Amino acid sequence: MATLYEGYTLCGVGPVQNSSNIGILGVEQGRDIDYVLVTDSSRSITGYKVSDQKPTGSWSVKQGQIISCPAVFNTQSQEYVVVTDDRVVRVWKEDDVNLEKGFKATVSADVLRVLAVTDSEPVVLFCCGAVRFLDSLLASPQQPIEDVLTEDEIIRWSSIIKADHQLVVLFSTEQRGEHCLYVQRFNPNTLVKHRFETEPGLSAPISFSATCRGSNIHLLYLYSNGSLYESVLPFRTSSTGVGVQALSCSLCLSLPLGEEKLMSGAAVVLDEAHVAVVGFPHPSAGACKDYLCIWNTHFQTLQASKEMAGRIYSQLWCYSGKLYVPHGKMLSVIPFDCQKSSLAAAMGKQKQTSPSAGSKSNSFVTSWTCNDITQTTEIKSRMSTRNNVKSALTVDQLIEHVKTSAVEDVQAEVGEFIRRTSQADLQLAAGRVALELVSRSQKDGNFYPQCAFLQLMETRYLCYSVCPGLLSLAIVKKDFHLCQIAFQIFSDIPEAVTCAYLKTILSTPDLEMEAVNLDKDSVIFMKELTQAHSRSDEEGGQLNGFCAPALESDASDTPSNKLQRDPLSLDMSCPVGLHKGALLNEVLHTAYSDRSLLPHLKDLTVPQVIVFLQYLRFLYFKYSHDAHKQIRALRTPSISQIIDWVCLLLDSHFTVLAVAPEAKRLVFDLHKFVRSQVKLYAELGKIEGSLQVLKNSKQSEDFGMYAIQVIELF
Amino acid sequence: MGEFKVHRVRFFDYMPSGIRALAYNRDTERMAVARIDGSVEVFHSSDRFFQEKIIPGREQCGIEGLSWVGQRLFSAGLNGGITEYDLTNQKVKYTVDAYGGPIWTITGNQQGTHLAVGCEDGTVKLFEVNEDKIQFERNLDRQKSRIISLSWHPSGSKIAAGMMDMIQIFNVETGHSVHRMLADRGVGTSRSKECVVWSVVYLSDGTIISGDSVGMVKLWDDQTGTLIKSHNVTKCDVLALSISQNEDSLVAGTSEGTVVQFQFVSVVLGKDDKEWVRTRTFKNHTHDIRAVAEITTAVVSGGMDAQLVVRPLLDKIEVRSAASALRKIHFPHRKLVSCARKSGLMLFQYSGHLELWRLGESEGKATPGSSLFVKRNPEKLLHLKVKGEDHIGCSAVSPCGEWIVYSTASSLRLYRLHFDNNNVSITKISKLPKVLSSANQLCFSSDSSYLFSASTQSSVHLVSLSQSGCKFVGTLKPKSGSHQAIHLLAASEDGKWLASANSDHEVHIYNLQTRKVHCTVPVYSSAVTAMGIHPTTNCLFIMYADQQMCEYSIEQNEYTDWSRTVQRKGLHRFWLERDTPCLNVMFNPQNPSHVILHDMYMLCIIDKSLPLPDDKTQFYNQLTLKSLPEEQRKSHSHAFKISKTFKDILFVELMSDQSLVVVERPLEDVATQLPAPIKQKKFAT
Repeated sequence: MATLYEGYTLCGVGPVQNSSNIGILGVEQGRDIDYVLVTDSSRSITGYKVSDQKPTGSWSVKQGQIISCPAVFNTQSQEYVVVTDDRVVRVWKEDDVNLEKGFKATVSADVLRVLAVTDSEPVVLFCCGAVRFLDSLLASPQQPIEDVLTEDEIIRWSSIIKADHQLVVLFSTEQRGEHCLYVQRFNPNTLVKHRFETEPGLSAPISFSATCRGSNIHLLYLYSNGSLYESVLPFRTSSTGVGVQALSCSLCLSLPLGEEKLMSGAAVVLDEAHVAVVGFPHPSAGACKDYLCIWNTHFQTLQASKEMAGRIYSQLWCYSGKLYVPHGKMLSVIPFDCQKSSLAAAMGKQKQTSPSAGSKSNSFVTSWTCNDITQTTEIKSRMSTRNNVKSALTVDQLIEHVKTSAVEDVQAEVGEFIRRTSQADLQLAAGRVALELVSRSQKDGNFYPQCAFLQLMETRYLCYSVCPGLLSLAIVKKDFHLCQIAFQIFSDIPEAVTCAYLKTILSTPDLEMEAVNLDKDSVIFMKELTQAHSRSDEEGGQLNGFCAPALESDASDTPSNKLQRDPLSLDMSCPVGLHKGALLNEVLHTAYSDRSLLPHLKDLTVPQVIVFLQYLRFLYFKYSHDAHKQIRALRTPSISQIIDWVCLLLDSHFTVLAVAPEAKRLVFDLHKFVRSQVKLYAELGKIEGSLQVLKNSKQSEDFGMYAIQVIELF
Repeated sequence: MGEFKVHRVRFFDYMPSGIRALAYNRDTERMAVARIDGSVEVFHSSDRFFQEKIIPGREQCGIEGLSWVGQRLFSAGLNGGITEYDLTNQKVKYTVDAYGGPIWTITGNQQGTHLAVGCEDGTVKLFEVNEDKIQFERNLDRQKSRIISLSWHPSGSKIAAGMMDMIQIFNVETGHSVHRMLADRGVGTSRSKECVVWSVVYLSDGTIISGDSVGMVKLWDDQTGTLIKSHNVTKCDVLALSISQNEDSLVAGTSEGTVVQFQFVSVVLGKDDKEWVRTRTFKNHTHDIRAVAEITTAVVSGGMDAQLVVRPLLDKIEVRSAASALRKIHFPHRKLVSCARKSGLMLFQYSGHLELWRLGESEGKATPGSSLFVKRNPEKLLHLKVKGEDHIGCSAVSPCGEWIVYSTASSLRLYRLHFDNNNVSITKISKLPKVLSSANQLCFSSDSSYLFSASTQSSVHLVSLSQSGCKFVGTLKPKSGSHQAIHLLAASEDGKWLASANSDHEVHIYNLQTRKVHCTVPVYSSAVTAMGIHPTTNCLFIMYADQQMCEYSIEQNEYTDWSRTVQRKGLHRFWLERDTPCLNVMFNPQNPSHVILHDMYMLCIIDKSLPLPDDKTQFYNQLTLKSLPEEQRKSHSHAFKISKTFKDILFVELMSDQSLVVVERPLEDVATQLPAPIKQKKFAT
């Protein structure tokens, strides 16, 4: 999931002279990743250290002069560059107090922008479409500049991209409603013109964002109807740019749009899967469009959003993990975080349906307290001796302690830290602390603060992506208790880890497993399940009679079955121990996607597959037989989850199961049962069909304003 | 039993007009309803809320209030006039200008001596009610803002007036204001908006109850002029209040479409300390409720969605019966459509115009339940606009389709239609006889040679029609009895008899040859909703508002045997529980034992040759019969054959070619044409 953190105001946005969508001229990267250069639309340039929210320097031009492009920082020469009055290029250093003191050169054509990237020579883009490196331009400022564009072609957007020491300048133009993209490459200098190929009826793109990934340039552009298109351009091109090439594009996101047509809005690419969009309505917040949203383009899901007060401009920048949004009368800096997400997490496919979420967390609290009474009292007693020595630690202090202190001390400190830190801080800190604990545990084999992990998990601020090492560590340590809790809480466990965990469970002997302390509720469920079985056996009744006749007819052609009175009671004892069953149930609950899970499932050994399949069959029979019984437990695997897993196991180990002699019986039983069920459902299907006809016949067809019908009365 | 070809017509865009005011007369049990288009209707609350009288409205009338004084009904409106109605002849009696600008409210005192009106210019004007007129008496102290609502103290000595942002109490004797009570404006943005006191009620114990635009129902003390208690009922406006007769229950109508009931009950059991407590909420409307009235056993409400809702108060009902069920009245209890049976034409009566349509034609055959191919679509032949401001009261097209007649309160117009090929031309018949100035009901004889026009004093004028024009022939008058207006006319097929029914439930049968009263059907306690004379036997079939029916042989001058059997055996429970009146009686000439009836929800064919159902028989048995084999049907069938295929029926007629015309007006269509209701926040939107 992507997260938008609490933002802050960097500076004010000057009064807007006209009704254009420009709040400020631009925000450019400063001399370091923590520095930005803000050029406002009046007459001043300010450098900021972002983490301190503090200006480091400010320069302004004289009355009567106008800054005509955003100032940039030339990292090679450690100088600032700006253009005033369209033609005067000014270069100055950090310690120049006055712009007038700096170097100044007048060039022969109007400059559109100076484009700069780190560790490269800035490039000057002229309004006519010509491009010069800054140093070569300044060497002879009055050199003639050729006209690349036709007279009424106007550059709407421009950008520079660098990869592998290669620069590419992109700019898009508009000429009588036609939009083109120019790609200028250097060494050799080539200029390729592309024409945007979008559906007819679309107006001008309102925002562009280009990134370099691999050997391609990914260009995203946003239309005012909410369509976000992506075009991929090769970084190096062999073609020599003859004529105009069509720019193929693909729609990668369709933003929900309110009723009114939007005139301002901007999008910026964050990473390969995420896009930040400002100015478009939040899908569930109605027509109010003042939202900054992060969308996942792969899954078309809204990942994070933040309300932006005041007027939104068509401007949005992203530098080193922070978004710069001018809105209303301020420029806000909003840090964000995009984690690689699994499909399950992106789709919000949670492991538990929401209505029971409240009760789930409640039950957690109770079960936790009874589990950890000894531990907490221990901590408390230790804390009482320590309290006079130490007050609450900061995160950094705690992390330092984690690196060196003994296990007991660390556990106590983490507990104390959780208790004393406010929820908002804890949200940020929990992940850091967990990461630190995991890295120490990985280095130091004897260090394993289980209690601290549990407490951190209890805050519910952890998820798999925050601390990926934690679950793997717990699996290695065979800490099934921690794993169980993690599988209950985390919603974004990758399929590979799920399989590794499954493998660990299945390879651990039952005896060892029974000693593990597990969540009570899950164990109770297993107990009930196995007891319910024995009870129904005592009654001797097969309450769901539907499977019996079908099986009897089959029994004749399988002589081995004749010994068995009731073929279904064959394997109705639970093939695994209670605790192992409880842990497996937790796995069944986990969200997954078939395609990612299948390759990992193949890692299971044949005996493991057979045991797991036996257990699934046990659950499946159980559910089908005792369908009328409801075992009251909070986390019970649903019948569809069980069947999904059976299918997955059969898919992944089809050949093995077909060949392995020990699996033959199991597969045979399963098949027979499934066949009887299919027969039942086929019958149900018929009923459904006739009920559907009855339902349809009730609906009278609409005949509009007039019809001549025939009725009959009896 | 039979197949029918049915023309299902849904292009009659009839729009009922919104309800603006209600006034209930407890003595006569009549509910008067004023609609936004200016029409006034009178419903009989103990006769299944049958719509006894309709006084058509007129353009720019703008009725704002209704008030009964004794048995006299007065209205006042934004045109500044006070109108008294002649309920006997169902027309406006006179209008007096109050000279105070638009009138917002009118109310009479309990003594029946005075009317008070609240005017735009800030005056409360008192009118003395005289024998035959009303007389301006005096103004109470003039106020700065308009008077929105008024209520007399039951003693008649004080008046409470609701205005903008305040309520004033006037001493009627001196005309001076006794107390001024300020109503709070809303909070937040609505603070800048004035608080309109939409409704006030003055109780005999001195409590004044107000409902205002802030959504509050407030209780005030008239001695001290202070607020006793306030209830926040809604976020929008409380538009109407009504108190029960013994002042222990109050209903408030809001613009959200809810009716909220308050009851004066003791909070502690057994103590006398009573308080007004909010008890029930009814939600039967989708739009603003402009008027409520609490009658003895029910709450009646009406508003912009044009339906009159009678919601029974179950705590006040001793025996549950059909009469005490929830009742929604959507359509008028009159025919708005007439058909030229012999030429396939339909005449739609709108308030301001008439439309003449020709039915479509079908081709081929179809199985029951399916639609036929429409070879020719229905065609609108004529759009006839009314001259003047008065709305149409009644209209008719002759069976041959050559004559159209309509009447407003002030004029009656007769037109002759000419068809040559596809062209329709129309000529107005000028020089109508003077007696044909206005009619309460109009009807043509079956051979279209005579026009019957129901007039004042329960009389019927007889006019002969010919190519050259029309000629007054004579007047049919009842020998004695009441002079209430006639609302139904039925002519016999052979041109010999004419039956008329008036709102005093009297049915007179005239012999058209002698032009004398032939006989009078014994008066029944319920109103006549529909009647028809059988083409072969000349028996008059009458439907009553309480769902009873009778068949009266004109020639024998007595009830027929079948009618007596029905009375003796009684009708089926389900038949009696239907809550809309039957509005047309038709006969099938090919099958003399059949009578066709319809109400808003069903079409019924009564086969008099079959046994009557008793309470043990399955009444709605069409589906059962359909599933039975032919030979068994006979043993299971009974006289009432009911088709529920059609919904929201306005009108049904049997044409000469044995096809039925069913004019439906789906309520969903009406709802979509209503103005948008107040926007309400719904969960998760």
